Amino acid sequence: MEHIRTTKVEQVKLLDRFSTSNKSLTGTLYLTATHLLFIDSSQRETWILHHHIAAVEKLPLTTSGCPLVIQCKNFRIVHFVVPRERDCHDIYNSLLQLSRTAKYEELYAFSYNPKQNEAEQVKGWQLIDLAEEYKRMGVPNANWQLSDANRDYKICETYPRELYVPRTASKPIIVGSSKFRSKGRFPVLSYYHKNKEAAICRCSQPLSGFSARCLEDEHMLQAISKANPLNRYMYVMDTRPKLNAMANRAAGKGYENEDNYSNIRFQFVGIENIHVMRSSLQKLLEVCGTKGLSVNDFLSGLENSGWLRHIKAVLDAAVFLVKAIAVESASVLVHCSDGWDRTSQVCSLGALLLDSYYRTIKGFMVLIEKDWISFGHKFSDRCGQLDGDPKEISPVFTQFLESVWNLTEQFPQAFEYNEAFLLQIHEHVHSCQFGNFLGNCQKEREELKLKEKTYSLWPFLLNEQKKYRNPLYNPDSSPELTLLEPNTVSFNFKFWRNMYHQFDRSMHPRQSVLNLIMNMNEQNKQLEEDIKELEAKIKQRSGQSDAVLGKEHQQSAHPAPMAVKTPPSFKEQPLIPVNDAVRTIEGSNTADNRYSEFVAEFSKAEPAVVSLEYGVARMTC
Amino acid sequence: MEFAELIKTPRADNVVLHRPFYLAVEGTLCLTGHHLIFSSRRQDNAEELWLLHSNIDSIEKRFVGSLGTIIIKCKDLRIIQLDIPGMEECLNIASSIEALSTLDSVTLMYPFFYRPMFEIVEDGWRSFLPDQEFELLSSVTDEWRLSCINKEFSVCPSYPPVVIVPKSIDDEALRKVAMFRHGSRFPVLSYYHKKNGMVMMRSSQPLTGTNGRRCKEDEKLINATLRPGKRGYIIDTRSLSVAQQARAKGGGFEQEVHYPQWRRIHKCIERFNILQESLIKLVEACNDQSHNMDRWLSKLEASNWLTHIKEILTAACLAAQCIDREGASVLVHGTEGTDSTLQVTSLAQIILDPRCRTIRGFESLVVREWLQAGHPFQQRCAQSAYSNGKQKWEAPVFLLFLDCVWQILRQFPCSFEFNEQFLIMLFEHAYASQFGTFLGNNENERSKLKLPQKTMSLWSWVNRSEELRKFQNPLFEANSLVIWPSVAPQSLQLWEGVFLRWNRPSKFLDEAHEEMINIIKYNKELQAKVNALRRQLAEMETDDKM
Repeated sequence: MEHIRTTKVEQVKLLDRFSTSNKSLTGTLYLTATHLLFIDSSQRETWILHHHIAAVEKLPLTTSGCPLVIQCKNFRIVHFVVPRERDCHDIYNSLLQLSRTAKYEELYAFSYNPKQNEAEQVKGWQLIDLAEEYKRMGVPNANWQLSDANRDYKICETYPRELYVPRTASKPIIVGSSKFRSKGRFPVLSYYHKNKEAAICRCSQPLSGFSARCLEDEHMLQAISKANPLNRYMYVMDTRPKLNAMANRAAGKGYENEDNYSNIRFQFVGIENIHVMRSSLQKLLEVCGTKGLSVNDFLSGLENSGWLRHIKAVLDAAVFLVKAIAVESASVLVHCSDGWDRTSQVCSLGALLLDSYYRTIKGFMVLIEKDWISFGHKFSDRCGQLDGDPKEISPVFTQFLESVWNLTEQFPQAFEYNEAFLLQIHEHVHSCQFGNFLGNCQKEREELKLKEKTYSLWPFLLNEQKKYRNPLYNPDSSPELTLLEPNTVSFNFKFWRNMYHQFDRSMHPRQSVLNLIMNMNEQNKQLEEDIKELEAKIKQRSGQSDAVLGKEHQQSAHPAPMAVKTPPSFKEQPLIPVNDAVRTIEGSNTADNRYSEFVAEFSKAEPAVVSLEYGVARMTC
Repeated sequence: MEFAELIKTPRADNVVLHRPFYLAVEGTLCLTGHHLIFSSRRQDNAEELWLLHSNIDSIEKRFVGSLGTIIIKCKDLRIIQLDIPGMEECLNIASSIEALSTLDSVTLMYPFFYRPMFEIVEDGWRSFLPDQEFELLSSVTDEWRLSCINKEFSVCPSYPPVVIVPKSIDDEALRKVAMFRHGSRFPVLSYYHKKNGMVMMRSSQPLTGTNGRRCKEDEKLINATLRPGKRGYIIDTRSLSVAQQARAKGGGFEQEVHYPQWRRIHKCIERFNILQESLIKLVEACNDQSHNMDRWLSKLEASNWLTHIKEILTAACLAAQCIDREGASVLVHGTEGTDSTLQVTSLAQIILDPRCRTIRGFESLVVREWLQAGHPFQQRCAQSAYSNGKQKWEAPVFLLFLDCVWQILRQFPCSFEFNEQFLIMLFEHAYASQFGTFLGNNENERSKLKLPQKTMSLWSWVNRSEELRKFQNPLFEANSLVIWPSVAPQSLQLWEGVFLRWNRPSKFLDEAHEEMINIIKYNKELQAKVNALRRQLAEMETDDKM
């Protein structure tokens, strides 16, 4: 609290982000220990978590006050105008301090209290059990076993304690291989495909330099290929562009020399590094934020940002991996530089395409827990949870979610979860409200005692899974939905408006088919129960009546007057309202849409907000 | 002329048909006067493909040895390939297709030969008569009258015989106004906004020329639509400089001095070959699967298609905004008043008027604002995206309009009675059809061709319940609101149902759509059942009490 000097500022204006005529809402700004809150004159609240703030900027003073622009990690951008410069300065300084946390213990997760007791907290953390997950995949088995080599994080600090390796890989091989791999991240099992007996393995780049080799590492790869009885060849996918991998050789790192490893097929797939991705997103956001954007500026901005090109590269890599396993029954070893960014993307997307379990709500949590959290994707660094090196920040996980979203667009019935689920996970990766994504690796998380001091996100998401269910989910609708073979022709990749403009309501469709069908699905379940209940009641009654008068016969013989005789107590009961979650046409008015600022100039005040719910109109003034 | 003269080889066997995403099939190819028919005789999978010659936009032929290949590109953007054994057969077939798909005479077109196989419940030629429209109007206002001034098409060749004009303006004045407007298209009523009595009119450009000619009757006519003390807007669909240049050719725009109560707004909407080229580029980009992301995006950008969509939608929204929010009347025109003008007036009505979002209302809109208003369909839709070389008057003006409607439909998926298929169907029939509806360039030509007597109307077919079912939107819930679409580039999308239709498998999307419809159907069934059971139970309860 020592950072907060001003807790409340009145007469603050919230500007419309895209309006060129400075349309705004006036309200009060509150600063709390965890959130910035703006309440406008019609009592609508905008909450911004301090941890979500990516940047705060104070613009030069204007006649109406001091502008403060806040950019959030969930792509919300708010533009306030604070009447007095001193207030603005106070808020600015406070936010600067509050959004740059120095220590993990100061993060929201450590103070967040969802009113769970200790047992619930423990149970929450046990919800996702990776040992169980490996068992589901079919390991350990004749060829794969659990290794205790990293039990105390002695071999690799950024790997989990429990690792699965080929049975023939002895401890000396593991140790030797780990010494030949960047950060000690030696090849381990990420996913085992039961039917094809093929594996997705992951590691970091070899320390091969220009000519170095390591017999243990060569043995390690051989052990992986031997663990596959159906195909003795294995693919080694270096997910980096060839040029980057070659440059790494000068630093004593590099890639596998095909001559030194028997039975490998080496392949570069060309996904760019975290720095390219960061600046790509930056460019994308700049384009999206432009006022009065033309179609061509948007499209050329989209092209120049390279963002969709990167998404396509990630998905193309996953498709390559899946083909190796599904078509050739070959095992695949995936790595990039350190094996925690691109490798996580490709391994997890590959598994998602191969295994329908990861397309369920629970399965997706498992997938994230396995390939991202446990294998040490550096969430803390990549999301900038603590005040640190800005060059470590990169939207690697966001790209993963976006790739999944693209798949849900192509296969609308293959996923149990919907877009809201992906957006919610994205929200919490940055919110630091739950312990799951804090820290950079499991060792760090254990040291922080996250399981005692914070809560797990997953039980909360499972609890409200109604919101995240895809109403069209039907994995059995087609046999082709077991293994997904996405079409990666460029025109299939779309700009993810609901991610990058999630908070810019005026850009969204004003009626959401998804929400409508979701609610209808829920309603159908309720109706089915109602029918059962009613039928039971009727049966019961007709049993009674039959005994007395046999009224049922009488009724069915004269169906016509029934309706007339309906007692006043009977109403066509309103069913569960289908409309509550439908996106209203908030913002569906002319000024928001900026058809012509020119006309707006001499127009009267915008009269009404038009809202439309499930096709039912309502005007609110 | 006999079609037989054009068909030297009416039939070829062992022809192989290639289509994207389908296995090649072998079968027999037959040519008739109006169709290309391919039928495969495979026991397990007999199928026939019927293609109207008029749907063929262009053909290419290639030879490898004696095997000839014909690539047929259709106006609905589909591309098929036929491998025909025998050089001579192939050449004959190619030249027949070429000749039959480019017949000059309208009366040789298929609609004049087509005999419907269905029972005609309602004659579509009589479904949307101007009198009915006027009757609706007169129930809310008496400020307008139906004028028969154009009965013999003598005043304006591209107008229908009857038009709606302000009551206070007599036919004599109209004649003078017609002299002052390009192609004699004097201002007529396009839309009356019941909510506030404001109107939208459309016309062509005034013939002011370089010396600033004026026409008192014209001024009087359009002022007659203003309420006392109110001003109106003139939306000129050309940029100011284009409008200024038009003066040199005798055209021009309304000058402030002579129209002091009107404020002119220029909203540039492109025309003719610029639009046609845009379509050609867009389709080219969509048809090439090998484009990498950068190339795809830059091709999409270079086509400018979505820019045109945005321009048209913006102008339409502006017109709607003036009427509904500013409470002002609007006059829309460009140069001739037969293209961009109609895009704007018809889209504005979709935004403003819930009736236009029903199937029947939309059909009526197409009839009023496109067919009767004299959009030259025959010229504009003579060729589609594969036309090469000499372009004359082709332009995808109507397709752009449909695309804009689709954009609004996507943003308000519960506000339209019709679905995307309905729009695609209209696109197809505008370019090639067995029905006479879109033949001719205006009512004058249609009446000379005796289309209502000699051909079947598209509406006779569509408005049968069997067909309508396919075009109904299961999400539709009527609402009486004005619907303001977003025109931000992030909100506009490529119309995949048209432009990617033949370029990607749609199985999963179709199945998902099917599932959605099932959920909605099931919901309705359940609701009905619950209500019936409740009624039954309530019934029993009262009986018990008695």
